[in-house]
Amino acid sequence: MKILVCISNVPDTTTKISFSSDNKELNTAGVQFVINPYDEYALTRAIELKESLGGSVTVLNVGLADTEANIRKALAIGADDAIRVNVKPTDSFLVAQQIAAIAKQEAYDLVLMGKESVDYNGFQVHGMVAELLGWPAIVPAIKLDVAGTTATLEREIEGGKEIVQVALPVVVSCQQPMSEPRIPNMRGIMTARTKPLKVVEPVSSEAKTKTEAYALPEKKSGVKLIDPANAGELISLLRNEAKVI
Amino acid sequence: MSVLVFIECADGKVKKSSLEAAFYGNQVATQLGTSAVGVAIGEVAADELKNLGQYGITKVLHDTEARLKDYVSQAYVKVVAAAAEKESASVIVLSNTNIGTGIGARLAARLQASYATNVVALPEISGETLKVKKTVFSGKAFADEVLTAATKIIALKKNAIEVAPTGSAEAGVEPFTTPLTDADFSGTPQETIRATGDVLLTEADIVVSGGRGLRGPENWHLIEDLAKALGAATACSKPVADVEWRPHHEHVGQTGITISPNLYIAVGISGAIQHLAGVNSSKVIVVINKDPEAPFFKAADYGIVGDVFEVVPKLIEAAKALEK
Ligand SMILES: Cc1cc2nc3c(=O)[nH]c(=O)nc-3n(C[C@H](O)[C@H](O)[C@H](O)COP(=O)(O)OP(=O)(O)OC[C@H]3O[C@@H](n4cnc5c(N)ncnc54)[C@H](O)[C@@H]3O)c2cc1C
Repeated sequence: MKILVCISNVPDTTTKISFSSDNKELNTAGVQFVINPYDEYALTRAIELKESLGGSVTVLNVGLADTEANIRKALAIGADDAIRVNVKPTDSFLVAQQIAAIAKQEAYDLVLMGKESVDYNGFQVHGMVAELLGWPAIVPAIKLDVAGTTATLEREIEGGKEIVQVALPVVVSCQQPMSEPRIPNMRGIMTARTKPLKVVEPVSSEAKTKTEAYALPEKKSGVKLIDPANAGELISLLRNEAKVI
Repeated sequence: MSVLVFIECADGKVKKSSLEAAFYGNQVATQLGTSAVGVAIGEVAADELKNLGQYGITKVLHDTEARLKDYVSQAYVKVVAAAAEKESASVIVLSNTNIGTGIGARLAARLQASYATNVVALPEISGETLKVKKTVFSGKAFADEVLTAATKIIALKKNAIEVAPTGSAEAGVEPFTTPLTDADFSGTPQETIRATGDVLLTEADIVVSGGRGLRGPENWHLIEDLAKALGAATACSKPVADVEWRPHHEHVGQTGITISPNLYIAVGISGAIQHLAGVNSSKVIVVINKDPEAPFFKAADYGIVGDVFEVVPKLIEAAKALEK
């Protein structure tokens, strides 16, 4: 089985977000970039499937050279090889076009990725890739098993889940609790250095959206504390002052 | 030219998030000097669709083909795309739900459209472009996105806008059929497992949420009783779902689901940055924690520094005493 796992490079989840003085760029000084947490579920599930069914796991990142540390990390966790498409990922459509172009070159059975990236929170790339390939997409999935040419999945719906069977190939976006993300071990880190990382130039593509400026939310005016002895007072404040109940 | 609104239905009813999308779609249509048309798929009561008139929808195209009973992305996208073509839609509005965004992404690729998710405000229009405000960095910031393609798709975040139904007009409902192939139904669910009897977390206006401070699942009646008294949904922090005190679909935060209710009550939750990421778009945040240094108090509007086992029963009592 051939699996393609798409990973994005995002600020560590504890990052305090700030912007350049013209509000056009994220301040990256001191920010650590990690593999998007949702993508880690996709990556570890892919490796588990390879371990039980055989085949290969290729990781794919659309991004500039500064993402290679995290690509190597994915190789250290257990992917076999990697592809980096050398272009700045300015919008989801541009990224999806690159992924679809790679997926078309090789006969992948599965294209896995996280349900969204924790930077731009698009929730878009998987659906776009599936449409560009003409494949089904199961979005967002919490369970994935493969037997022969059929994938059996659990898809999260609002307030529950659905069990779905679909013929390969398919695009799947992953979220917890699909797998338990792994930490690379020493052996993995050593072998990752020798695994192939291919850099390819982008196919011609077009962004459809442009981020013009960023802003931080207004600061809260401060918490109003209520004496625990009169906790019930909170309920009347929520009704009469905040008007939310 | 028109504005098309995807109307999401469940259990024969229009979802509340779709009423917001309808109202928003009508506001955009007014800005553009056109009208808002809905497209609804599957089983839903005719009165529910007519009622969309109160939210500014003039007409609803309704596709009732039997195979569309369950959501399947490829088939649904074909229907919405056909409706967009029929109505020459320049803007398509959906709700920022699993289904809404699932459709939005495919549709954007299919129509070569500009697409923004997590949108929280009406667009600014200049010439052929729309500018929308959306949340980014898991709710830690906003971005202004400029949509430049001929067709624009907007996924509206829940509770982002005030909705004021007019209480008058009825929408016209028109049957609508779209040619579909068997391949479009690849991925039709075999089985659906729903939490029953609860207020749906993603649709809820009020959410009561518990963390590790509750000590164990045997104490969850405190969360459930308070939620019941307030007509709220229940949620939890990640470690609570990890140890299976609560089901995973209740886990909110950076790696769980993102919610934006009018009121979020956090009980025995520390307020780690990854938890906040899923709830910081809530209008009003209440925090109950015995530790006055808990980071959550910085994000809260109201707080009680106290023991949940003493405080929550008092809240339940006061909430029950409210006349509804
Ligand atoms: C990559 C990553 C992603 C993550 N994603 C998420 C996510 O999506 N959602 C999420 O929630 N977390 C997430 N986390 C975990 C997060 O960092 C915190 O560990 C978690 O939110 C803490 O949960 P908690 O507040 O329930 O538990 P704790 O941190 O243990 O806090 C319990 C709180 O309860 C209070 N308390 C205890 N007893 C009482 C009492 N009797 N009365 C009143 N208060 C009491 C304590 O003072 C404490 O503040 C993530 C972490 C990482 C690294």
